[in-house]
Amino acid sequence: MDITLKTEDLFTTIGLEIHVELNTVSKMFCGCAVGFGGEPNTRVCPVCLGHPGTLPVPNGKAIEFATKISMALGCEIAPRSIFHRKNYFYPDMPKNYQISQYDIPIGSGGFLDVDLDGVVHRVGITRVHLEEDTGKSLHIGGGGRIHDAEYSLEDFNRAGTPLVEIVTEPDITSAEVARAFAQELRLILEFLGVSDVQMQEGSLRIDANISVAREGERGTKAEVKNMNSMRSVLRALLYEEQRQREVLQGDGVLEQSTRHWDEKAGVTQPLRTKEFAFDYRYFPEPDLVPIEPSVEWLRQLTEEIPEVPAERRKRLVAEMNLTAYDAGVVSSSRAIADFYDAAVGAARSSTPKQVANWMSNQLAGLLSEAKQSLAEAKISPRSFAALVDAVSGGDLSRVHGNEVLIEMLATGHESDAIIKDKGFGETTDRGAVESVVDDVLSANPDVVARLKSGDSKPMGFLVGLIMKATRGQANPITVREILDLRLKD
Amino acid sequence: MSITQKDVEYVARLARLALDEDEVAVVAEQLSKILDHAARVTGLDTEGVPPTAHAIPLSNVVREDEVRPSLSQEQALVNAPLEEAGHFRVPRIIE
Amino acid sequence: MSDALWQRTAADLAKLISNGDVSAVEVTSSVIERMQEVEPSVRSFVTQTPEAALATAKWVDDGTAGPIAGVPLALKDIICTKGIRSTASSKMLENYVPPYSATVAARLEEAGLPMVGKTNLDEFAMGSSTENSAFFATHNPWDLERVPGGSSGGSAASVASGQAIWSLGTDTGGSIRQPAALCGVVGLKPTYGLVSRYGLIAFASSLDQAGPITRDVRDAALLLKAIAGHDPHDATSLPDPVPDYVGVLEEGIDGLRIGVVKEISGEGLQPGVKQRFEEAVGLLRKLGAQVGEVSLPTFEFGIDIYYLIAPAEASANLARYDGVRYGLRVDGPDVAAMNAATRSAGFGPEVRRRIMLGTYALSAGYYDAYYGKAQKARTLVIRDFERAYRDFDLLVSPGSPTTAFKFGEKTEDPLTMYLSDICNVPTSLAGAAAISVPCGLSPDDGLPVGLQFMAKPLDESTMLRAAYAFEQELGFADKPPMWTSH
Ligand SMILES: [Mg+2]
Ligand SMILES: [Zn+2]
Repeated sequence: MDITLKTEDLFTTIGLEIHVELNTVSKMFCGCAVGFGGEPNTRVCPVCLGHPGTLPVPNGKAIEFATKISMALGCEIAPRSIFHRKNYFYPDMPKNYQISQYDIPIGSGGFLDVDLDGVVHRVGITRVHLEEDTGKSLHIGGGGRIHDAEYSLEDFNRAGTPLVEIVTEPDITSAEVARAFAQELRLILEFLGVSDVQMQEGSLRIDANISVAREGERGTKAEVKNMNSMRSVLRALLYEEQRQREVLQGDGVLEQSTRHWDEKAGVTQPLRTKEFAFDYRYFPEPDLVPIEPSVEWLRQLTEEIPEVPAERRKRLVAEMNLTAYDAGVVSSSRAIADFYDAAVGAARSSTPKQVANWMSNQLAGLLSEAKQSLAEAKISPRSFAALVDAVSGGDLSRVHGNEVLIEMLATGHESDAIIKDKGFGETTDRGAVESVVDDVLSANPDVVARLKSGDSKPMGFLVGLIMKATRGQANPITVREILDLRLKD
Repeated sequence: MSITQKDVEYVARLARLALDEDEVAVVAEQLSKILDHAARVTGLDTEGVPPTAHAIPLSNVVREDEVRPSLSQEQALVNAPLEEAGHFRVPRIIE
Repeated sequence: MSDALWQRTAADLAKLISNGDVSAVEVTSSVIERMQEVEPSVRSFVTQTPEAALATAKWVDDGTAGPIAGVPLALKDIICTKGIRSTASSKMLENYVPPYSATVAARLEEAGLPMVGKTNLDEFAMGSSTENSAFFATHNPWDLERVPGGSSGGSAASVASGQAIWSLGTDTGGSIRQPAALCGVVGLKPTYGLVSRYGLIAFASSLDQAGPITRDVRDAALLLKAIAGHDPHDATSLPDPVPDYVGVLEEGIDGLRIGVVKEISGEGLQPGVKQRFEEAVGLLRKLGAQVGEVSLPTFEFGIDIYYLIAPAEASANLARYDGVRYGLRVDGPDVAAMNAATRSAGFGPEVRRRIMLGTYALSAGYYDAYYGKAQKARTLVIRDFERAYRDFDLLVSPGSPTTAFKFGEKTEDPLTMYLSDICNVPTSLAGAAAISVPCGLSPDDGLPVGLQFMAKPLDESTMLRAAYAFEQELGFADKPPMWTSH
């Protein structure tokens, strides 16, 4: 080839395939409990062990959750969808077929808008379907790696956990957008309350198809697996993108492959290629009947669907006057959003903007210092609202407020009690400010005289002096109030 | 319609059946004969005819999301050909 | 001399037991003694459970019992029974002891039916002669040189030989009706969804259905009533209430419109079968039925459609036998090799053949031509029936095109064997109900011939009532030669 292939001539195409374990209490097709960890083979029964003669009966809640996910992603809900059997042998799959969906999934044709640095990327959602999870294989010998193992042990506790598979269109143009998409999707799932979305525990699993090619050409895609965190989604895809570019720029040929992300080494590695192509022999699952959601049921579900994070952020900016940043912070998880909403509800005098401000500045900062999540923190929205009220109402300085918040997080005590304990309360605090005001006034009799004669110009100067004397701890509103009283005399 | 020995080998692999050479030939012949007969259905006019997966008019059969008792680990493993540490043990997996 | 207890019908015995004329233990003991006597020559049972049967009988005698309590039963060994090995007559499950019971087994246990054993079948119900059992062949009580039919051959033979008063079989494409016809007993395949499939070791899930094999129509109605009805463990179980099948038996046949299926009432039938069938149709006319001929053009494609659909479903249903969690394991260097070694050793030739056939029919590039096409053709079969039922209340055909055949007669060519279900398969595809009742002995070989009544889905009542009227009028009282040996 005589023309050197420049990086800017190459385009990246990424599609994601996401598996979400639903947080129903029981499994997809039997009554065994859904859970993580525990003694092996203790959450199993004849059905999820695939014993002869057993039959699946679908979990209605799982169908509801899959439908809600489809709705939240703007999908069309199939008026009639069916289950299929996907046939392949694997020792962690009890029936050697997976009950899944094929040509008529529950949801299809949706999209999700992802905002990355102010630019909106629309990613099409091809399909949302329901299926069952497999068990887990433990590889013994050879350092626990499948290829070198001497033998494997099978635990079927996870087998039959309801799983929603979400497949995107290949609309994603960079690793950054892929990560932002995954993060936004995780947030939506969390808001819907349908999954624990813990990537480490495998309740959210993200695989990617990525290809690099010249514009208008079809690339050769690699399927990247084993990305166990949002950070590894970004790293793995950046790596794979670069790898493919280098192959193409070096006049090499890419081969279609499945690649494993090695987090430690920071590289993707090809899995042994299949000896022969998969032939899943999908056919309609004869043990199950179609899902035909009624119009009423769908309407009811629509009503139950909470505001999705993007809508929420938009509303907070437009109606509550929050900055885009603060709106993001107070919508960054279901727990945080719930906390914020409760705090706004409990606040007596503070505005939503003031509550958001305190959450995104003080509270978020302190929590991240302490490496704590809001859920873990010993703080109630009501107590937090009381604190913000005290500060914004002028009863407490910002600095004192921060001190109170630290104490709240450390002890779990109510803000009122701490304010009282520390002597930051209305009376004493005000008393301290009064004495400073009196000192400043007596030290500046000429200024007092000018003010009393009706010249209000030196007021600012006076307030400044007082603030300086209190090292900024006094609340300017309180100072002004006290000044007004003294000058009336 | 004749099924080749290669077809039989491919299908045996999908179905995880080990057939010896003689068997492959016999099965190829038998399957060809059965499918020849069965292929008479291709002559039926099914233009616009919907498929029947079930002969019964049911839909939306679901259960409540409720936990029911599981087997004990001992009960789960009682039929296991080989067990180890509460697991079913299998030979190495080659993907 | 009056009949021995084992010779009586279930309805008679139930009455005797509930009146206190005999105890359930006496009845059960009589059947067990009979088993001891004839089982060595008939070989109906994979597993005999006399102790468990007597324990149940004693429990019935000691306590309050339901209307059919104490009448001994045999279960086809494809029905899972908790704590009692359930083999499907396969080496694969030779030592498999289920941790749960099939819904039908549990219902009959609660009803107080002592279970005397698990009956032999064609491995995984795949066959029409019970010769495909991995363990041994079952002999037809009418002629021990002949097959009892299949796949529920052990169940039919046990009832025909007096080793069980009644039995449950399963029917996927004739596996209750054909052996019933060949053994001179009554066999009923219920509407798909009427009887729970939970715990029936699956062959073809969209077709499998359990049903009674009994000495007469009344017993079939009684046993059907005991097993029918909604089961939350089976998503394809119908919610409909179960009618009183026994109560309608006496309503007669007068005025019913009965269609003779043209496609299977002439050619291809053994002459003796044809003769008895034609006489039976005459009898129906005599009883006041309006008999006419009806054509169901897709009937003759039934076997073809069936042999594309059933093996496909079976190929997936039988994938679970992989040597990992239960059943046979034959070791290998890696999992795939272990799976293949296990499955090749554990499955017999017919099962392997059907798995291959089904896998092929579903594999890439062939789905539309085979499985997909067969599913559409299945719709045509259903439409044919619907059209026929516009003019008729019931349809009739022989229960089987031939009487019992000799061992080995059809094992060489799978296709010939498949064609012995030609009368039975279409109703299975339509998910509808059918019953085979004895209609005499064939004049050419002296072996039983069956008459099959077919009904609309869930119209078991009309079917039973017609079969009962026919049975009463015919008064078929012949029994196999061994019947009197006690
Ligand atoms: Mg999937
Ligand atoms: Zn389970």
